[in-house]
Amino acid sequence: MTEFPQTWAFRTPRARLALWFGWLCLVALFVYCWQVMTSTTIWMFIWDAPRQAADIGSRMFPPRLSYLPELMIPLWDTLNMATLGTMLGVILAVPVAFLAARNTTPSALILRPVALFIIVASRSINSLIWALLLVAILGPGLLAGIIAIGLRSIGFIGKLMYEAIEETDIRQIEAVTATGASPAQVLNYAIVPQIMPAFWGITVFRWDINIRESAILGLVGAGGLGLKLQASLNTLAWPQVTTILLVILATVIVSEWVSARVRSAII
Amino acid sequence: MLTVTDLTKTYKTGDKALAEVSLTVPKGQVVGLIGPSGAGKSTLIRCINRLVEPTSGKIALSGAELTGLGPRALRRERRRIGMIFQEYALVERLTVMENVLSGRLGYVSFWQSFTRRFPSADIERAYRLLDRVGLMEHADKRADALSGGQRQRVGIARALSQEPELLLVDEPTASLDPKTSRQIMRLLIEICAERGLPAIVNIHDVPLAQQFMQRIIGLRAGRVVFDGPPEQLTESVLTTIYGAEDWTAMRKDGEADRVAEAEAVARLAMISA
Amino acid sequence: MTGYPTTWRRPPQIVTDRRWRIVLTVAIIAYLLIGMGSVEVNWARMMEGGERGLRFVYGFLQPDFTSRWKDISNGLIESLTMTLTSTVVGVAISIPIGIGAARNLAPPWVYYICRSIIAVSRSLQEIIIAIFLVAMFGFGPFAGFLTLSFATIGFISKLLAEDIEDIDEAQAEAIRATGASWLQLVHYAIQPQVMPRLIGLSLYRLDINFRESAVIGIVGAGGIGATLNTAIDRYEYDSAGAILLVIIAIVMVAEYSSSYLRKFLQ
Repeated sequence: MTEFPQTWAFRTPRARLALWFGWLCLVALFVYCWQVMTSTTIWMFIWDAPRQAADIGSRMFPPRLSYLPELMIPLWDTLNMATLGTMLGVILAVPVAFLAARNTTPSALILRPVALFIIVASRSINSLIWALLLVAILGPGLLAGIIAIGLRSIGFIGKLMYEAIEETDIRQIEAVTATGASPAQVLNYAIVPQIMPAFWGITVFRWDINIRESAILGLVGAGGLGLKLQASLNTLAWPQVTTILLVILATVIVSEWVSARVRSAII
Repeated sequence: MLTVTDLTKTYKTGDKALAEVSLTVPKGQVVGLIGPSGAGKSTLIRCINRLVEPTSGKIALSGAELTGLGPRALRRERRRIGMIFQEYALVERLTVMENVLSGRLGYVSFWQSFTRRFPSADIERAYRLLDRVGLMEHADKRADALSGGQRQRVGIARALSQEPELLLVDEPTASLDPKTSRQIMRLLIEICAERGLPAIVNIHDVPLAQQFMQRIIGLRAGRVVFDGPPEQLTESVLTTIYGAEDWTAMRKDGEADRVAEAEAVARLAMISA
Repeated sequence: MTGYPTTWRRPPQIVTDRRWRIVLTVAIIAYLLIGMGSVEVNWARMMEGGERGLRFVYGFLQPDFTSRWKDISNGLIESLTMTLTSTVVGVAISIPIGIGAARNLAPPWVYYICRSIIAVSRSLQEIIIAIFLVAMFGFGPFAGFLTLSFATIGFISKLLAEDIEDIDEAQAEAIRATGASWLQLVHYAIQPQVMPRLIGLSLYRLDINFRESAVIGIVGAGGIGATLNTAIDRYEYDSAGAILLVIIAIVMVAEYSSSYLRKFLQ
């Protein structure tokens, strides 16, 4: 008769130990970070927060709907900022993407790292920070917002585009090359048709994100709905704040719906 | 006429794909290139138009040397060599017409090709070729709307629109069913005969090669181990090429295919009669 | 040669009706003209800004890490601690909500509650939440921590719920067939399938939270963003450049190490 073991464990003892140790480290790190973070926190304010919340909440309702007509021009500005900013971003991102893609870059040693750095730099800095800088440089207004949106979009569009370029079907490129086509013609006939659906999908997706972002850029002076939000917050006009938030919410929902429709139509 | 002398290709990994391959293809001859996978068939074909850069050796097409050419001169020579691919390699999202016209890319300026304004002679030729391969009414369809056999016909039309002096054909039937395979092979042979066009056809299906080719070259581990008419392709020769395998079974399969095809044709004839 | 056409035009691929194409083109051009027209450009102000722009570029190329190093390091510590704590708390809260928002596991009423929590968290911008939380909880990293936790919930729960809905039903069926309870089902059939993805998503969110922590400081929620805001307000572009470079460097390190970690964990 064979002896079967009476106990069975999911993992080997060593793996279990490592796992427990990992969790322990995470908990210790969390506690430590928590201590550091809250070292300057004034707890009185925190305990006071529910009262504050109730206070603000009661002031916010009902929203001041008569404020709506005043919001139409900022809303138009917000939409323009997103659309023109996306266009700027696309125009700047396409060359960067071709420089960053392994199969189309003219120089893998110099230009590709530069293009990759542009993409990372643009991705790591939020459009609000770009706007903060540009408002300081160019002065407040839509232009700063458009450029901020454009600069932030380079990284997003560039990254997804260069991945799409790297995923193109090599056989189609080989076939066009074999006809004696020049590199520019290969780009035009073999690579561009393949990445077109990805291109439109990415652009519309980013446009949708840009609508959300452009709604708040006004907080740092770049025009649009955010500017009104900032003004209302400064004067503690809470019913107006609610109205603006509702407009932003509605815009975001509509743009998300449009982008989802367009993307499903492409795919 | 194509002359290949001592062609050698060693990949960066150290794999020797071709070792001193020499061969000559006169005008109008259709050569079948057979051999097990990894024997270097695909490398040989791609070395001829330098999609793969040969390590050493010489390639001359009607007297013009192809090795050592700069990018611009190479593109000019590539126009004279049409290529047909295993999985059609059409640009799927372009129309059939654009795919055929892309054979003319080496002859037109970038701007002409970018605006799709090809010379009228090119367009007329493209229509004639589409008619020849039986796809006249599909000209404005997108390539991905076609079936496998139709796509390969577009591939043939694209190669022919280059007005090539040599056809390189890489496993033209590998992704097609047996019946369509035979139709495509027949079309290729007919077209080569009409134009006196030499062709190198890379083919893994031995019975198909024996049926259609005028001359067969057997490659094994990058070396030419057989070169002669299909009748000389005996069992012992095939064993040299492919190693000891039970390849009579393969031949019987091919035989069965042929019988099935003949039957299907006969049945179709009866229905239409 | 007769019979073959000598001209060919590429047929339109998207809008096939000629009239619609004209209408669309006109509409797009009109929008662009009106849209660009509504951008007021103050050229005099821009000329003045040109010099500042150059100073910023110089600041970026020759960043000054030293003179404000104390502020920068304080901001960084706040940002990093805020990022870690908010990700841990956010993910911990996301797990029950994510399970509740999976159609194949939760009863309808739980499903709708969890989905609406997700919708609220996703539709509000971090910065707007931060404004409110700062108003309630006062300035400082605690408000930032709450903001990022709240935003994490929407992000992780939604993706987790989608993952759970996409799992291989056959495995869940097999466990159900053994007579397992609901908790056993989650532990044996769901958890092994979604765990690698969940870890990947959490690492990704950690990265996003760090980037966001640089932003919410602008409205007073602590972190490196507050330091950056001060530097720009004081026109100290060399310090601002240094802060931006630090942010970029940390994001790059986070991206590389998280892709490495994900490979290691799989």
